[in-house]
Amino acid sequence: MSNLLNVSPSPHVHGKETTVNLMKGVLIALAPAFVVTVLFFGYAAIIITGVAVLSCVIFEYLIQRFILRRENSVNDLSAVVTGVLLAFCLPTNIPLWLVVLGSLVAIGMGKMTFGGLGCNPFNPALVGRVFLFLSFPVQLTSWPKPKGFLTGYLDANTGATPLGIIKENYGELPVSEIMAMDQMPGYTDMFMGRMAGSLGEIGALALLIGMLYMLWKKIITWHIPVSIIGTVIVIAGGLWLVNPSENADPLFHLLTGGLLLGAIFMATDYVTSPMSSRGMIIYGIGIGLLTMVIRRYSAYPEGVQFAILIMNSVTPLINMYIKPKRFGEEVNNG
Amino acid sequence: MLKTFPLGGVHPPENKFSESAPTEELPVPAQVVIPISQHIGAPSDPVVKRGDIVKVGQLIAESKGFVSANIHSSVSGKVAKIDGVTDSSGYRQTAITIDAEGDEWLDSVDRSEQLTKEVKLSREDILSRCHEMGIVGLGGATFPSHVKLSVPPGKQCDTLIINGVECEPYLTSDHRLMLEKGEEMVVGISILMKALGVDKAMIGIENNKPDAIEHIKKISAAYKGISVHSLKIKYPQGAEKQLIKALLNREVPSGMLPIEVGAVVHNVGTAFAVYEAVQKNKPLIDRIVTVTGKSLANPGNYRVRIGTPVSALIDAAGGTPEDTGKIVNGGPMMGKALNKSDVPVVKGTSGIILFPASESRRVRVTPCIRCSKCITVCAMGLEPYLLMSLAERDMYDIVEANKVTDCMECGSCSYICPAGRPLLDYIRLGKSTVFSIIRERNSK
Repeated sequence: MSNLLNVSPSPHVHGKETTVNLMKGVLIALAPAFVVTVLFFGYAAIIITGVAVLSCVIFEYLIQRFILRRENSVNDLSAVVTGVLLAFCLPTNIPLWLVVLGSLVAIGMGKMTFGGLGCNPFNPALVGRVFLFLSFPVQLTSWPKPKGFLTGYLDANTGATPLGIIKENYGELPVSEIMAMDQMPGYTDMFMGRMAGSLGEIGALALLIGMLYMLWKKIITWHIPVSIIGTVIVIAGGLWLVNPSENADPLFHLLTGGLLLGAIFMATDYVTSPMSSRGMIIYGIGIGLLTMVIRRYSAYPEGVQFAILIMNSVTPLINMYIKPKRFGEEVNNG
Repeated sequence: MLKTFPLGGVHPPENKFSESAPTEELPVPAQVVIPISQHIGAPSDPVVKRGDIVKVGQLIAESKGFVSANIHSSVSGKVAKIDGVTDSSGYRQTAITIDAEGDEWLDSVDRSEQLTKEVKLSREDILSRCHEMGIVGLGGATFPSHVKLSVPPGKQCDTLIINGVECEPYLTSDHRLMLEKGEEMVVGISILMKALGVDKAMIGIENNKPDAIEHIKKISAAYKGISVHSLKIKYPQGAEKQLIKALLNREVPSGMLPIEVGAVVHNVGTAFAVYEAVQKNKPLIDRIVTVTGKSLANPGNYRVRIGTPVSALIDAAGGTPEDTGKIVNGGPMMGKALNKSDVPVVKGTSGIILFPASESRRVRVTPCIRCSKCITVCAMGLEPYLLMSLAERDMYDIVEANKVTDCMECGSCSYICPAGRPLLDYIRLGKSTVFSIIRERNSK
């Protein structure tokens, strides 16, 4: 025994959970969706994801090293997660320099400007994505058709997303006829991922598997994804019941666009979502509501990215006013 | 479904190495050091002086005031000195040092092993006997038992809750006590029931002690009103408010005591000590202490006289292992790290844990990722991340508004934090500062 004993306040044991492990868990949960996208969009998905991850990590390293002059933090894998998520909300036939630019905005503006991990108010991947979407709308809305693993990178054969098709024909044709159009994928295809769209958003089944994994590993809780999905079902269902000829059914809204990717992986981002479970539910309802308002009433076919960023901005307010249920606060011992 | 408390909680690895080691009697040490403050409340007044000859069980320090406890000699011999020592918390306090000679007990103490079931003392006499015999809560808080048994005017107690949870990892002293002294403990419970004037007692035991649950169930079947409940394993279930919630589904209001919801909670060790005090006239001069650790040769449970040096206990368990890096007095979640092993065992010492050097340092601190795990595990529904960042910035008014005074310092937040942040350290700072601000405000 050495002569000196360590003395520190309790607790003297630690739960072995680490930030790196949580990030690894998120990456594992993203794997099924990655497999699906590679199967449908080909090796281009691997290239885009690789470039996004690599540039996010390199930018974080460079900013940490030369601008902030702080301890290197890329080992915590949060930049890798940001890179994958950014890639997952881009189409596969986007020029690589845009991916690099998006990564710079995501990591530089979205994260490091505020002080790095834990300090950013907005989801960094979505900051990068929205920057690209508003600055390069043409490139960001050119969706390749899912043609299988051997699809070439920058394939010219593009088509609209299901939400795009609906928006385009809205008011001109009844929904039932839009649904019957040749270019509209069936529900099974939507569920499995055979449709045009961003890299990671297409495979509903794969995303749900990722969610179950994260719930099982206690990486996330049910509150955010369930409240978003529930709100979308309620609103879409209500609109559909009132006027089925003008509104798509709730299942369509669930399976298309970035809803599941957003609800499971973007909105649940620890740093930018509320801390208490009650707060998380309010946040989730807000995202579901804004998503449906944008999808149904705005010029954009899809609104998940804006809905999440808007609710990100409300998060500090939610944290200030929505407190967890305190023990012994409202006592009902009847 | 097993009962438990609904809000928060963690389940650390149990590591109960010593659960099947029968309690051994530790030989009387050559010298004991007995501090005069081993309980919550006013320190006692020494009533012996240097050179006095004392017997086992003789009063050596008298309780000062209502919230205080008598202290008795745990050995027979000569008072060597009365002076300042460093206690297990690192504070200086007065202690009575006695050199042991032989083992001569006071005649009034009944040392027979015979079980005495019939409770002859009246309610008032039980209370004064507990006070006289220096009985304090043996779960760790060491609150004088006679105070807890005196229901304040205007309040009603309907249920006595007996805490056999032992939710702290490593510790097994309560477990062994229930197995070995179950009969006496249940008589102790009936004494406590009589003192409180209740006809219902609930014993809560966590599900990782099926043998104890079975054993106590069998014994208590012969007693009216005593029931045994197995509880889901979850820390901090041994905390009073959490245990009451688990067993009675009543929530003690913030800032109030259990009596507010008609419950009084006593530990199984206290019930046994009350049995000895009331039926055998024996003062609280010894207790069971778990000595354990991953590298320890013989982790075990020892009945040890109060005032015995901790080092003697460690020697009995096989000596300090080479790789020891930390010695903890109490459980791993709430215990205190010792800076030396020659401090005395006191009434509140439930266990001694030796951690290998590899487990004795804290993990690296990284930025908070706001994962909200600290909120999820907080059994009081607080926001540890917020309390920490506010305390770091000296914003104590907001710390107070966010209920820091409800924190029981169970350590679940620091335990779970993936960023290894010292949440509880800052919460303690916030809590003690807020308490002194409140005191100052009230004194104006």
